[in-house]
Amino acid sequence: MNPAVHVYKTGWRRALIETRISLSTPSEVLGIVFPLGIMVTVLLFLRGVDIEDAPVSLGSMSMPSLIGMMIVWGGAFGVLGTMLMDRTNGTMLRAKAMPGGMTGYLLGKLGMTAIVTAFNVVVLLIVGLVFFDGLEFASPARWLLLLAVLVLGMAATIPLGAVLGALIDNPSNMALVMVPFMGLVAISGVFYPITALPDWLQVIGQVFPTYWTGLGMRQALLPDGAAAVEIGQSWRTLTMFIVLAAWSAASMAFAPKLLSRMARRESGSTMAARREKMQQNWG
Amino acid sequence: MADPQPPAGPAIAVSDLRMRYGDKDVLNGVDFTVETGSVTALLGPNGAGKTTTVEILEGFRARSGGEVAVLGADPARGDERWRARMGIVLQEWRDNGKWRVRDLLAHFADYYRPYTDPWGADELLDMVGLTEQAGQRTQALSGGQRRRLDVAAGIVGRPALLFLDEPTTGFDPQARREFHELVHRLTDLEGTTILLTTHDLAEAEKLAERILILAGGRIIADGSPDALARAAATTAEVKWVQDGRLQVHATDDATAFARKLLATDEGAVTDLEIHRASLEEAYLALVEQFEAGEAERAVDRFQEATK
Repeated sequence: MNPAVHVYKTGWRRALIETRISLSTPSEVLGIVFPLGIMVTVLLFLRGVDIEDAPVSLGSMSMPSLIGMMIVWGGAFGVLGTMLMDRTNGTMLRAKAMPGGMTGYLLGKLGMTAIVTAFNVVVLLIVGLVFFDGLEFASPARWLLLLAVLVLGMAATIPLGAVLGALIDNPSNMALVMVPFMGLVAISGVFYPITALPDWLQVIGQVFPTYWTGLGMRQALLPDGAAAVEIGQSWRTLTMFIVLAAWSAASMAFAPKLLSRMARRESGSTMAARREKMQQNWG
Repeated sequence: MADPQPPAGPAIAVSDLRMRYGDKDVLNGVDFTVETGSVTALLGPNGAGKTTTVEILEGFRARSGGEVAVLGADPARGDERWRARMGIVLQEWRDNGKWRVRDLLAHFADYYRPYTDPWGADELLDMVGLTEQAGQRTQALSGGQRRRLDVAAGIVGRPALLFLDEPTTGFDPQARREFHELVHRLTDLEGTTILLTTHDLAEAEKLAERILILAGGRIIADGSPDALARAAATTAEVKWVQDGRLQVHATDDATAFARKLLATDEGAVTDLEIHRASLEEAYLALVEQFEAGEAERAVDRFQEATK
């Protein structure tokens, strides 16, 4: 039995079990459904709001953007959130105590995040197609594009979440990442076309993956004419793929080194210290 | 599947181990060895460096200096095969809270398969007395049950060496007794060496064949519970009843005194008792002074008492 191959298989089994646990735990399901439910509800009210030059309502236009944001949210923050928890409750330390455990743990975590994120995207897609007029999804080219954006988006954001998880030691520092992300969503053209923003904000928005996953999803789901409200009146397909691939390459390049540094430092006393600090912060 | 041969030599060999955090020396020259197949307790007041020592042995922490060999390898360079041969049970593991007990053990067993034939989940649950909880989520277990699950996870890969770090902290007496029984069962497992840390002398005496007392950054006493107790007993109190009256005498050589007493009493002595000053008293004095911040003096006095 080759230990390396064996640990990949074990990690994958972990991913499947954790997915099953995640989807059968009411609190976790609520944690996903509740914020998405709120956003979808808001979009339902925006179905009557029209945008100049666009063939669909603001609600219908934002629905694909929401799916794009879901990839970043579910990917990066899915991994980050559970890694922070697992460093405090000992799950990560347990993994370190077993042969191949850390590799199995990380593969399980990344795999589970990918499955759950893809699942959420499919749910949102169905909700979008049923409740929002003007979405088009009836050609193989659109299916392929959606799949490509989903896969590349997750390849960019899931390792990015692992990088953040390796860098952030204390759960109370989660806000350091959450607050900027909220700001980023506001300037990524999710709930309103990015072209409505000042140029310098557009530039910042275009640096990060959230804008590009949203753009890719809009191209996959909106009528061709909707490109009229995008930057350069174009879907910029090639640029979108290049930016997402660059994020993916960068985060995958940094992830292994940072993760092994994190694993090396993990011990019972660092965990106890972290827990104590957290209790002080919250107590 | 390679069955790792136990290496010749001790399970743990530590020589001149040093650990320094900033400008504070936590360990300054720890020496000890642990023979294969024994149960050893590393005993010491809180903050004496027990956890630091064990984390170095587990390969979880880099040391500042000294030589360490655990199962024949330097923990700082131990590979996965080496890792597979040890089990670790920490004080406060609350990991994988949403997993079900049986699923978790079965999954953990998978990691060991390239190296050994791990325990089956059901056998393990039976051994640690959690068969009824097999379908529960681990976060629903009580503190004692949770720790028994941790032990099951620690031994799932049939380790040659098992670390138990303060295993009964926070237990009520019932849970503590059950846990002690479990450790006794573990010692029956073939060839498993156990190193347990505790600050509780009674626990160390109950579970271990050998006690190492760590204080002031080094090992200040090393021996079987009996040997340490004898060393601590500088004087003994001899009590007996003669002519209906209780007699008490303090002596350094209780055996000689008793022999003489019985040889000359013409059958009048009854209820003879010899009470040695206990290791417990010496250890409690050590802990008390240690906690009062007088580590050096505490160590000196303890060593004086157990010389």
